[in-house]
Parts: sequence; C-alpha cells; structure tokens
Amino acid sequence: MAYDWLKGAADEYDVIVIGSGLGGLTGANYLAKAGHKVLLLEHHYQFGGLATWFTRKGGHIFDISLHGFPSGMIKSCRKYWTKEIADSIVQLKDIRFVNPQMDVWTTFTREDYTRVLVEQFKLDPAVVEKFYDHLRSMNFYDNNPETTGQMFERFFPGRPDVHRLLMEPITYANGSTPEDPAITYGIVFSNFMGAGVYTFRGGSDLLIKKMVAELTKNGVEVRKKVLVEKILVEERDGRKVACGIVANNGRVIRAKAVLSNANIKNTVFRLAGAEHFPADYVAAAEAVRINTSSCQVYFGIRKGESIPHIGDLVFTSAAPHYSSEELVNFHTTSRTFSVYYPDTRPGSDRYTVVVSLNGRYPDWKNLGDEEYARHKQRLIEESLAALEKFIPDVRGKIDWMEAATPRTIEYYTTHLNGTSFGTKFEGLKVSMDLPEKLPGLYHAGSVGIIMSGWLGTINYGVITANKIDKALFELKRLNPVATEFQSGQPGHRPA
Amino acid sequence: MTKDECKQVVLNIIADIAPDEDLSNVKPDVRLRDQLQLDSMDFLDIVMELRKRHGIEVPEADYMQLASLDSCAEYLTPKFNALAGKS
Ligand SMILES: Cc1cc2nc3c(=O)[nH]c(=O)nc-3n(C[C@H](O)[C@H](O)[C@H](O)COP(=O)(O)OP(=O)(O)OC[C@H]3O[C@@H](n4cnc5c(N)ncnc54)[C@H](O)[C@@H]3O)c2cc1C
Repeated sequence: MAYDWLKGAADEYDVIVIGSGLGGLTGANYLAKAGHKVLLLEHHYQFGGLATWFTRKGGHIFDISLHGFPSGMIKSCRKYWTKEIADSIVQLKDIRFVNPQMDVWTTFTREDYTRVLVEQFKLDPAVVEKFYDHLRSMNFYDNNPETTGQMFERFFPGRPDVHRLLMEPITYANGSTPEDPAITYGIVFSNFMGAGVYTFRGGSDLLIKKMVAELTKNGVEVRKKVLVEKILVEERDGRKVACGIVANNGRVIRAKAVLSNANIKNTVFRLAGAEHFPADYVAAAEAVRINTSSCQVYFGIRKGESIPHIGDLVFTSAAPHYSSEELVNFHTTSRTFSVYYPDTRPGSDRYTVVVSLNGRYPDWKNLGDEEYARHKQRLIEESLAALEKFIPDVRGKIDWMEAATPRTIEYYTTHLNGTSFGTKFEGLKVSMDLPEKLPGLYHAGSVGIIMSGWLGTINYGVITANKIDKALFELKRLNPVATEFQSGQPGHRPA
Repeated sequence: MTKDECKQVVLNIIADIAPDEDLSNVKPDVRLRDQLQLDSMDFLDIVMELRKRHGIEVPEADYMQLASLDSCAEYLTPKFNALAGKS
C-alpha cells in the first residue's frame, strides 16, 4: 500500500491551508501565532510553491524566483517571520537593461534611477519627481480607468524608449503590460523604487527551510505530497459553508476555515466547484483572465570555473521596441539573466545563470513529445547565444543546461495554464469576495497583479489570515460554550 | 481604563510591530502615519493585536478611527470599558 502522507494528522483543525506558496506559508504562520490549530497541505514533495529551487548533478542549485524583490520584504519578514530571516535580505546593486534602444546600468533605487532618466534620457527632473509622486499617491480603490500606457504617455509623451525602460522590468516582475490598469504598475513600481532590488542571502532553499522550521515551532502541522482534491462543502441553516477538505487518498479533514493558496480559478472551479456559488459570482470568476506564464533556462557553471561580474539582473532584448506581444511570443528575443555569484550562498564557490522569458501556456500545451523537446533545446541554444554576448567563453564552462516551460510550472503547482503571476487585475475582487460567497473559504496567493511576487503574496497571506482570525473570533464569541475562550480572561486566547 | 492608559496600550502594540521606531515623542493629535513609518500593513497588524491581546474587534469601516493616538483613545476606550464591565 502507498505511504499515507496524512498519517497521524488530526480529523479536525481550526484552519486548513491548501498550498505552501509564500501566501500559504505566511497565512499559516500568522494564524498559528494567533493561537489557532493549523494544518498546511502541499501536493509537491517540497514546500515553497514558486519560491523554489532544484539541485542537479555537479553540485548545482538553481533558484526559480529569487531574481529580486522590493525592500519591503525586510519589514514583512521581520513582522510575519523572524528577525533572522529578515537579516539575511541583502541588496542587489547591478541591474542592467541592454536592448537596441538603451544600455543602462543602475541600482534601481529612486536616486540612481532618477540619474538615469535625467542624464541618459534627458528628462526634466521635475517631471520625473511628479511621476514618482503620482505613482505613490495611487490607491487601488480609486477606480481610475487609466492604463499604464496612457499614464506613460501623459508623463513622457512620444518617448517609447522611456516607456520601455519603465515597463519592461515590471512585465518580468508580474506579467503586466501597458494595457493593464495603471494602479497595477504604480504599486509594484513604487515598491521597488524605494530602495532598490533585494535578494535572500542563502538561497530559496535556506529561506524555505527556515520558514518551515518556524511554522513547526509555532505548532503548524505541515504535510507534503498531499494533493487536496476537493473542498468539503455542507449546508448549515440553509446556507452552504466550506468546512474542510478531501485529500487525494479520500481522507476527509474538517476545519472551521479553509485558506486556499491555489490559484483563485483552481479554487473556485476545481476545488470548491461552481455549483456552490451564486451565478453572478461564477460569471465574474469565469471572466478573470489568467496571467502569463514563463520559460526558464538554467546554466550551471562547472565547479572550479568562474565567470566575470556582468550584473545581477540583466534585462536583454533584440526587439527594436517594447511590445507586450513580443515579450510573450514563442520566439521572443527578450530574456532576463539572473546571475548567481558565489555570495548567493555564502561558503559556496559556485555560479549559476538562470534565464527567464515570459511565455504563454497555449503555445506549449499541444506540442508532441518530440516537438516539445526540440523547442526546449531551441530555448537553451538561443539563450546560450545571447549569454555569449556578455561572456564569450561561457559555453565551455557550463556543465549543466536545462529548460523549463509553462508546462513545468503547471506540473509543479497545478496552477491553471501554469500561470506565473496569478491573474489580471479583476482577479483580486473575486479573491477578496470569496468568503462572502462561500463562508469558510478564503483565498491568498498571487492574484490581481498587485498581490503577486514574493512581497505581494506574503502581505496578502497576512491580510487574508487577519480576515480568518476575525471570523474565528466571532465564532467563539457567538458560541462560547464550544470553546475555552470565555473561561479565561477576556481577550486571553487559548494558546 | 483611562484614555491615557488606552494610548499606552496602542503604543505598546506599535513598539512590537515597528521595533525600529522611536516612540518617545509621538504627538497624540498628529496622524501616526505622518510621524512614523507605518503603512497599511502595520495598521492591519494593530487591528490584529487589539483582537489578540485585548479581545477588541475593529471593523474595517472603522480603521480610520485609528489614525492618531487621540482618535484611537476616543474610539477604543469605550470598547475597553464595555469589555471590562462584562467580565
Ligand atoms: C519564473 C518565475 C520567476 C519569478 N521571479 C520572481 C522574483 O524574482 N521576485 C518576486 O518577488 N516574485 C517572483 N515570481 C513570482 C513569485 O514567485 C510568486 O508570485 C509567489 O511565489 C507566489 O506565491 P503564492 O503564495 O501565490 O503561491 P505559489 O508559489 O503559486 O504556490 C501555491 C502552492 O499551492 C500548491 N497547491 C495548489 N493546489 C493544491 C492542491 N489542490 N493541493 C495541495 N497543494 C496545492 C502548489 O503546489 C504550490 O506549492 C516569479 C515567478 C515565476 C514563475
């Protein structure tokens, strides 16, 4: 008989978290610290979701999504995780943009970026400052219909080169384009533009190891290799409520609340089922557009070899102009090199290069085995040729090459269409409305563009956990006999 | 509970969620956001801590009542006293 990965798990918890992405992990930690009994289930054999890594022969460790995040991570990690985790966050100082329109080298801090815009792009410093201030003042409840492209044109008319410099890194960061609402740009750009781009020293593996240790310390029951098949829905007092999960081995575990870290569309349509929601909500959820996916190519440098410092994050493209279509095209020439030097993992002497490209799931989904392998090989070859422009002799130093596609992401996360960045903007409302439509069920995870990326999903995990805590608090207040709550001091909660 | 005690409760919470902030000179009548590096996540944390430590629930529509120490005291002191009266 197969090993039971749920062996020893209780039959009931306060909260079950489905998925161990950063949103799920952080939500689980927050709820455990608030005194709730939490079970976290992950289908993969590793925790972390897209905040992940893999190892290969030759001593290589490849990070998938450690390219960089805003400085706000320091504060969020300290508040919602540990000081030790926060203290390992360090700045990446060399961000480059190399394409037919520009060759820019910047720290991506407000000060240095202004220098680039004023000295290299000859913009009026007053306009640049006004642009930053405008971005900072945006609120997502403003309902401003302006798109990012229109906003660029308003501030920097007739300057496609400036638009490209502003847009391209954000397209890589969250899949957004000039056609998306300007707010999706404003929040993410402002987050980065404070103090630059940061990384976690020690690598994704160390980060996740520390997070899981912290979860365990705080009493969360964490289980991997458990795919949640269904959310358990029952009728109480004439209303449908989510009250647990059904695992892939058929086991039912009950909970007062379920927090899904799966993609919002997976959550509504696959895990819960459209039949449990009002028709207008189902229509709204159906209309949510899934964000784009990614391809990556991994180059491992042979032990003992080194490569020169060409920058930490190098945005490159052979396309003459910015085009959101070109960026996701099957044959795109736009790619970002993340170069991991030995100081990524102190004590190591190893180098890796991770190449990221935007991609579309439909382009990859129907390829037969042979064609699929051929196009992966093409990605590797094209990426290598592009890397040779920066490091001419790199080919001879590489002893591991491998490619991943939107299909890879789908396989490991089960996200619909292998989405890298959740959904477009409209997904946020559907995600936030979920517990109103099916009480007991909550969503936290990459959604709506603004709640994506490492920082966005960590913060969204907290926002949702706060809602759950509030609901559980109400439950205890309304039903004091069933809980120990009122036996102690008011407000003193069972640990 | 007096209003001053209530302000101290709020300051104690802020001291824990924003350990780098100097709280010795917080002006009670000025918006907290305007004198400290507090963002919307920090305010969410204050709400969470009020619930966790003191059993006080602040509905989302009332979040703006937490803008300054004075407004916190106006809004929260009656809640604290109502709770104390119940037990
Ligand atoms: C190639 C790439 C590069 C990126 N680079 C960066 C970067 O440099 N900086 C940055 O900030 N962000 C980056 N991101 C985005 C960032 O990684 C994600 O936004 C974030 O990690 C997503 O977290 P999440 O909480 O949404 O959950 P996810 O990481 O999406 O994880 C969800 C988890 O839920 C699990 N799950 C789903 N359904 C079930 C089920 N039914 N049962 C059990 N488990 C289930 C999945 O297996 C998965 O582990 C990148 C993303 C990609 C794809």
